[in-house]
Amino acid sequence: MQDVLDRPVTQVAEVPVNKDKGKLKKILIICSKGKLEDVYAALVMANGALMEGLEAKMFFTFFGLEAITKKHADHLHTATVGNPAFMPAMPTMVAGLPGFEAFASYMMQKEMDKLDMPHVTEFIQMIEAGGGEIYACKLAAEMFHLKKEDLLDEVKGIITVGDMYALAEGEGTQIIFI
Amino acid sequence: METIAIKKLAEVEVNAEGYLKNMSDWSSELAKEVASKENIQLTDKHFEVLNWLRTKQAEGVPLSIRKIGNSGLVDIKQFYALFPGGPLKISSKIAGISKPASCI
Repeated sequence: MQDVLDRPVTQVAEVPVNKDKGKLKKILIICSKGKLEDVYAALVMANGALMEGLEAKMFFTFFGLEAITKKHADHLHTATVGNPAFMPAMPTMVAGLPGFEAFASYMMQKEMDKLDMPHVTEFIQMIEAGGGEIYACKLAAEMFHLKKEDLLDEVKGIITVGDMYALAEGEGTQIIFI
Repeated sequence: METIAIKKLAEVEVNAEGYLKNMSDWSSELAKEVASKENIQLTDKHFEVLNWLRTKQAEGVPLSIRKIGNSGLVDIKQFYALFPGGPLKISSKIAGISKPASCI
Protein backbone atom coordinates (compact mmCIF):
# COMPACT_ATOMS: atom_id res chain seq x y z
CA MET A 1 0.00 0.00 0.00
CA GLN A 2 2.74 2.39 1.11
CA ASP A 3 4.56 1.44 -2.02
CA VAL A 4 1.65 2.68 -4.13
CA LEU A 5 1.40 5.93 -2.19
CA ASP A 6 5.10 6.64 -2.53
CA ARG A 7 5.04 6.24 -6.27
CA PRO A 8 5.03 9.63 -8.00
CA VAL A 9 1.90 10.37 -9.95
CA THR A 10 3.55 10.73 -13.28
CA GLN A 11 1.86 7.88 -15.03
CA VAL A 12 -1.34 9.10 -16.56
CA ALA A 13 -3.94 6.87 -18.10
CA GLU A 14 -3.23 6.28 -21.75
CA VAL A 15 -5.03 8.68 -24.02
CA PRO A 16 -7.10 6.77 -26.53
CA VAL A 17 -5.74 7.28 -30.01
CA ASN A 18 -8.08 7.50 -32.93
CA LYS A 19 -6.03 5.21 -35.13
CA ASP A 20 -8.24 5.21 -38.18
CA LYS A 21 -8.81 8.95 -37.84
CA GLY A 22 -12.49 8.19 -38.24
CA LYS A 23 -14.29 11.04 -39.88
CA LEU A 24 -17.52 12.50 -38.63
CA LYS A 25 -20.20 11.32 -41.02
CA LYS A 26 -23.50 11.66 -39.30
CA ILE A 27 -25.02 13.51 -36.39
CA LEU A 28 -28.18 12.78 -34.50
CA ILE A 29 -29.53 15.73 -32.57
CA ILE A 30 -31.99 15.09 -29.79
CA CYS A 31 -33.92 18.21 -28.89
CA SER A 32 -35.73 17.79 -25.59
CA LYS A 33 -36.43 21.46 -24.89
CA GLY A 34 -38.92 23.88 -26.34
CA LYS A 35 -37.26 27.17 -25.57
CA LEU A 36 -36.50 29.38 -28.54
CA GLU A 37 -32.75 29.34 -27.98
CA ASP A 38 -32.51 25.59 -27.42
CA VAL A 39 -34.54 24.82 -30.51
CA TYR A 40 -32.44 27.18 -32.60
CA ALA A 41 -29.26 25.58 -31.30
CA ALA A 42 -30.55 22.23 -32.53
CA LEU A 43 -31.66 23.62 -35.89
CA VAL A 44 -28.46 25.54 -36.55
CA MET A 45 -26.35 22.48 -35.76
CA ALA A 46 -28.44 20.15 -37.92
CA ASN A 47 -28.45 22.55 -40.84
CA GLY A 48 -24.75 23.26 -40.33
CA ALA A 49 -24.00 19.55 -40.54
CA LEU A 50 -25.83 19.28 -43.86
CA MET A 51 -23.91 22.29 -45.14
CA GLU A 52 -20.70 20.42 -44.34
CA GLY A 53 -21.88 17.40 -46.28
CA LEU A 54 -22.72 15.34 -43.19
CA GLU A 55 -25.88 13.37 -42.64
CA ALA A 56 -28.22 14.90 -40.09
CA LYS A 57 -31.14 13.41 -38.18
CA MET A 58 -33.25 15.17 -35.59
CA PHE A 59 -35.33 13.66 -32.84
CA PHE A 60 -37.70 15.93 -30.93
CA THR A 61 -38.90 14.79 -27.56
CA PHE A 62 -40.73 16.17 -24.52
CA PHE A 63 -41.00 19.96 -24.68
CA GLY A 64 -38.89 19.90 -27.83
CA LEU A 65 -42.01 18.60 -29.55
CA GLU A 66 -43.47 22.12 -29.35
CA ALA A 67 -40.96 23.15 -32.00
CA ILE A 68 -42.44 20.82 -34.58
CA THR A 69 -46.12 21.40 -33.94
CA LYS A 70 -48.03 23.33 -36.61
CA LYS A 71 -49.55 25.43 -33.86
CA HIS A 72 -46.47 26.54 -31.92
CA ALA A 73 -43.40 26.06 -34.13
CA ASP A 74 -43.17 29.75 -35.04
CA HIS A 75 -44.31 31.00 -31.63
CA LEU A 76 -41.67 29.64 -29.29
CA HIS A 77 -40.65 31.64 -26.26
CA THR A 78 -37.43 32.23 -24.45
CA ALA A 79 -37.45 31.86 -20.66
CA THR A 80 -37.19 35.17 -18.83
CA VAL A 81 -37.52 33.57 -15.41
CA GLY A 82 -35.10 30.92 -14.17
CA ASN A 83 -32.61 32.05 -16.79
CA PRO A 84 -29.83 33.96 -15.01
CA ALA A 85 -28.07 34.82 -18.26
CA PHE A 86 -31.13 36.68 -19.50
CA MET A 87 -30.74 40.38 -18.65
CA PRO A 88 -28.81 39.74 -15.40
CA ALA A 89 -29.86 43.08 -13.91
CA MET A 90 -33.55 42.26 -14.33
CA PRO A 91 -35.25 41.23 -11.05
CA THR A 92 -37.00 37.88 -11.35
CA MET A 93 -40.28 39.40 -10.13
CA VAL A 94 -40.28 41.88 -12.99
CA ALA A 95 -39.25 39.27 -15.56
CA GLY A 96 -42.24 37.22 -14.44
CA LEU A 97 -44.84 39.91 -15.09
CA PRO A 98 -47.58 38.96 -17.54
CA GLY A 99 -46.57 39.60 -21.11
CA PHE A 100 -42.90 40.06 -20.32
CA GLU A 101 -41.85 36.70 -21.70
CA ALA A 102 -43.82 37.25 -24.91
CA PHE A 103 -42.23 40.68 -25.35
CA ALA A 104 -38.71 39.36 -24.71
CA SER A 105 -39.28 36.52 -27.16
CA TYR A 106 -40.55 38.94 -29.76
CA MET A 107 -37.43 41.09 -29.34
CA MET A 108 -35.19 38.07 -29.59
CA GLN A 109 -36.90 36.90 -32.77
CA LYS A 110 -36.44 40.39 -34.19
CA GLU A 111 -32.70 40.23 -33.52
CA MET A 112 -32.61 36.85 -35.24
CA ASP A 113 -34.42 38.27 -38.25
CA LYS A 114 -31.70 40.90 -38.51
CA LEU A 115 -29.16 38.09 -38.81
CA ASP A 116 -31.23 36.56 -41.58
CA MET A 117 -32.09 33.57 -39.42
CA PRO A 118 -35.17 31.80 -40.72
CA HIS A 119 -38.18 31.11 -38.53
CA VAL A 120 -38.55 27.59 -37.18
CA THR A 121 -40.89 26.27 -39.90
CA GLU A 122 -38.68 27.63 -42.68
CA PHE A 123 -35.57 26.28 -40.95
CA ILE A 124 -37.16 22.84 -40.79
CA GLN A 125 -38.04 23.06 -44.48
CA MET A 126 -34.42 23.97 -45.23
CA ILE A 127 -33.17 20.98 -43.25
CA GLU A 128 -35.54 18.64 -45.02
CA ALA A 129 -34.56 20.07 -48.41
CA GLY A 130 -30.93 19.44 -47.53
CA GLY A 131 -31.63 15.78 -46.90
CA GLY A 132 -32.04 15.98 -43.13
CA GLU A 133 -34.65 13.83 -41.41
CA ILE A 134 -36.94 14.94 -38.61
CA TYR A 135 -38.65 12.62 -36.16
CA ALA A 136 -40.89 12.95 -33.14
CA CYS A 137 -40.73 10.86 -29.99
CA LYS A 138 -43.61 8.41 -29.65
CA LEU A 139 -43.77 8.43 -25.87
CA ALA A 140 -43.75 12.22 -25.62
CA ALA A 141 -46.26 12.57 -28.46
CA GLU A 142 -48.62 10.25 -26.57
CA MET A 143 -48.06 12.16 -23.37
CA PHE A 144 -48.91 15.48 -24.98
CA HIS A 145 -51.73 13.95 -27.07
CA LEU A 146 -50.10 14.91 -30.33
CA LYS A 147 -50.84 13.09 -33.57
CA LYS A 148 -49.00 13.07 -36.89
CA GLU A 149 -51.41 15.68 -38.27
CA ASP A 150 -50.59 18.08 -35.43
CA LEU A 151 -46.96 18.05 -36.47
CA LEU A 152 -45.26 19.84 -39.35
CA ASP A 153 -45.46 18.06 -42.69
CA GLU A 154 -41.67 17.65 -42.73
CA VAL A 155 -41.79 15.33 -39.72
CA LYS A 156 -41.01 11.91 -41.15
CA GLY A 157 -42.48 9.85 -38.38
CA ILE A 158 -43.26 9.32 -34.74
CA ILE A 159 -40.76 6.77 -33.53
CA THR A 160 -39.65 4.88 -30.42
CA VAL A 161 -36.39 5.34 -28.60
CA GLY A 162 -35.16 2.11 -30.18
CA ASP A 163 -35.89 3.47 -33.65
CA MET A 164 -34.02 6.61 -32.68
CA TYR A 165 -30.89 4.65 -31.84
CA ALA A 166 -31.19 2.86 -35.15
CA LEU A 167 -30.92 6.28 -36.81
CA ALA A 168 -27.50 6.69 -35.21
CA GLU A 169 -26.18 3.40 -36.54
CA GLY A 170 -22.98 3.34 -38.53
CA GLU A 171 -19.42 4.49 -38.06
CA GLY A 172 -18.70 8.14 -37.56
CA THR A 173 -21.97 9.07 -35.88
CA GLN A 174 -22.26 11.47 -32.98
CA ILE A 175 -25.31 12.10 -30.84
CA ILE A 176 -25.96 15.57 -29.50
CA PHE A 177 -28.48 16.04 -26.71
CA ILE A 178 -30.08 19.38 -26.08
CA MET B 1 -6.35 42.48 -80.13
CA GLU B 2 -5.39 41.74 -76.61
CA THR B 3 -6.04 38.24 -75.52
CA ILE B 4 -6.57 37.33 -71.92
CA ALA B 5 -4.78 34.14 -71.09
CA ILE B 6 -7.01 31.58 -69.46
CA LYS B 7 -5.17 30.22 -66.51
CA LYS B 8 -5.15 26.61 -65.54
CA LEU B 9 -5.60 25.52 -61.95
CA ALA B 10 -1.90 24.75 -61.65
CA GLU B 11 -1.10 28.34 -62.58
CA VAL B 12 -3.29 30.15 -60.11
CA GLU B 13 -2.81 30.80 -56.42
CA VAL B 14 -5.07 28.88 -54.08
CA ASN B 15 -5.14 28.64 -50.31
CA ALA B 16 -4.62 25.46 -48.31
CA GLU B 17 -8.24 24.47 -48.77
CA GLY B 18 -8.23 25.04 -52.52
CA TYR B 19 -10.06 28.39 -52.68
CA LEU B 20 -8.78 30.89 -55.23
CA LYS B 21 -6.78 33.73 -53.74
CA ASN B 22 -7.73 36.12 -56.54
CA MET B 23 -11.29 36.14 -57.73
CA SER B 24 -10.05 37.61 -61.03
CA ASP B 25 -8.15 34.44 -61.91
CA TRP B 26 -11.47 32.71 -62.44
CA SER B 27 -12.73 31.52 -65.80
CA SER B 28 -15.38 29.03 -66.80
CA GLU B 29 -12.59 26.71 -67.89
CA LEU B 30 -10.99 26.93 -64.48
CA ALA B 31 -14.38 26.29 -62.88
CA LYS B 32 -14.72 23.08 -64.90
CA GLU B 33 -11.30 21.97 -63.72
CA VAL B 34 -12.11 22.63 -60.06
CA ALA B 35 -15.52 20.98 -60.46
CA SER B 36 -14.06 17.83 -61.95
CA LYS B 37 -11.92 17.47 -58.83
CA GLU B 38 -15.17 17.50 -56.86
CA ASN B 39 -16.66 14.98 -59.32
CA ILE B 40 -19.13 17.50 -60.69
CA GLN B 41 -19.87 17.99 -64.39
CA LEU B 42 -20.90 21.60 -64.77
CA THR B 43 -24.12 22.36 -66.62
CA ASP B 44 -25.71 25.68 -67.56
CA LYS B 45 -27.68 25.54 -64.30
CA HIS B 46 -24.44 25.22 -62.36
CA PHE B 47 -23.06 28.27 -64.14
CA GLU B 48 -26.18 30.29 -63.38
CA VAL B 49 -25.61 29.61 -59.68
CA LEU B 50 -21.86 30.24 -59.93
CA ASN B 51 -22.38 33.57 -61.66
CA TRP B 52 -24.97 34.56 -59.08
CA LEU B 53 -22.54 33.71 -56.28
CA ARG B 54 -19.80 35.75 -57.93
CA THR B 55 -22.07 38.74 -58.40
CA LYS B 56 -23.24 38.63 -54.79
CA GLN B 57 -19.70 38.20 -53.52
CA ALA B 58 -18.62 41.24 -55.55
CA GLU B 59 -21.49 43.20 -54.01
CA GLY B 60 -20.23 42.21 -50.59
CA VAL B 61 -23.36 40.25 -49.66
CA PRO B 62 -22.68 37.51 -47.09
CA LEU B 63 -23.78 34.24 -48.66
CA SER B 64 -25.94 31.61 -47.05
CA ILE B 65 -27.90 28.58 -48.16
CA ARG B 66 -31.09 30.48 -47.40
CA LYS B 67 -30.15 33.35 -49.73
CA ILE B 68 -29.52 30.92 -52.56
CA GLY B 69 -32.89 29.33 -51.88
CA ASN B 70 -34.47 32.77 -52.22
CA SER B 71 -32.46 33.71 -55.30
CA GLY B 72 -35.12 32.41 -57.66
CA LEU B 73 -32.50 30.38 -59.54
CA VAL B 74 -32.71 27.14 -57.60
CA ASP B 75 -34.46 25.97 -54.50
CA ILE B 76 -32.48 24.51 -51.62
CA LYS B 77 -33.14 20.93 -52.69
CA GLN B 78 -31.84 21.61 -56.20
CA PHE B 79 -28.83 23.42 -54.77
CA TYR B 80 -27.89 20.36 -52.68
CA ALA B 81 -28.38 18.19 -55.75
CA LEU B 82 -26.17 20.39 -57.95
CA PHE B 83 -23.30 20.51 -55.49
CA PRO B 84 -23.52 17.39 -53.33
CA GLY B 85 -21.48 17.03 -50.15
CA GLY B 86 -21.48 20.58 -48.77
CA PRO B 87 -23.12 22.78 -51.40
CA LEU B 88 -22.18 26.27 -50.24
CA LYS B 89 -18.53 25.43 -49.70
CA ILE B 90 -18.15 23.46 -52.89
CA SER B 91 -20.00 25.95 -55.08
CA SER B 92 -17.93 28.80 -53.61
CA LYS B 93 -14.75 26.93 -54.39
CA ILE B 94 -15.84 26.34 -57.99
CA ALA B 95 -17.05 29.94 -58.30
CA GLY B 96 -13.58 31.14 -57.33
CA ILE B 97 -14.79 33.10 -54.32
CA SER B 98 -13.65 32.87 -50.74
CA LYS B 99 -14.83 30.19 -48.34
CA PRO B 100 -18.21 31.20 -46.96
CA ALA B 101 -18.23 32.13 -43.29
CA SER B 102 -21.93 31.43 -42.80
CA CYS B 103 -23.51 29.29 -40.10
CA ILE B 104 -26.91 29.16 -41.79
